[in-house]
Amino acid sequence: MDVFIGIISTIGAVVILIAAIGILRMPDFYLRMSVTVKAATLGVGIFLLCAAMVFPYTEVPFKALAIIFFLLLTSPVSAHMIGRRAFRANIALWKYTWIDDLEDKYTYKRKYTQSTEKPAEEEKE
Amino acid sequence: MTLATYFDYVIFPILALAVMISFIRLYKGPNVVDRIIALDLIITIGIGTVTAYSIRSGQGLFLDVAMIFALIAFLGTIALSFYLYKSKQS
Repeated sequence: MDVFIGIISTIGAVVILIAAIGILRMPDFYLRMSVTVKAATLGVGIFLLCAAMVFPYTEVPFKALAIIFFLLLTSPVSAHMIGRRAFRANIALWKYTWIDDLEDKYTYKRKYTQSTEKPAEEEKE
Repeated sequence: MTLATYFDYVIFPILALAVMISFIRLYKGPNVVDRIIALDLIITIGIGTVTAYSIRSGQGLFLDVAMIFALIAFLGTIALSFYLYKSKQS
């Protein structure tokens, strides 16, 4: 049982580390925001499931499930609000963004980042 | 190697490294919104750290702290985006 808990919590910690590396390395605000919402919530959810398995016959699994439910409920809402506010405030998109549904409807000049690094090949196609 | 030793030497250093990397983004971030999501990520990693400490020390009561952290993260992000909205209007 201890080995099982160790393996699962290692997976959770590595997912959280990937989220932190992603928030440092992503070229754009919107890509950073997607990292924060998805990967970090997944890692914390794995940790809370671990806690629910360690203390099976107490009040802990209810608390852990409540926290997971609350995180899954609130993190998309807060990410949507902050993303909408950033898009309205004309925060720069990535230079190689190729889907922009509001492209013809701006009354102002849309900003893009000035990075010179090339995207990977499969992102171009 | 017990589970507590494994948590002390492997899991907590990984989480501490993740918090440090997020603080680099909080220091560097070109805009205010980058700093807001870096703070959000730091508080989310804080929930994970509190849960890991609860597993390591065998005390289930620490999950109350994690619940309060989740509440504060949501309210903080909403309040900061509302502040940006109001400051852009005036």
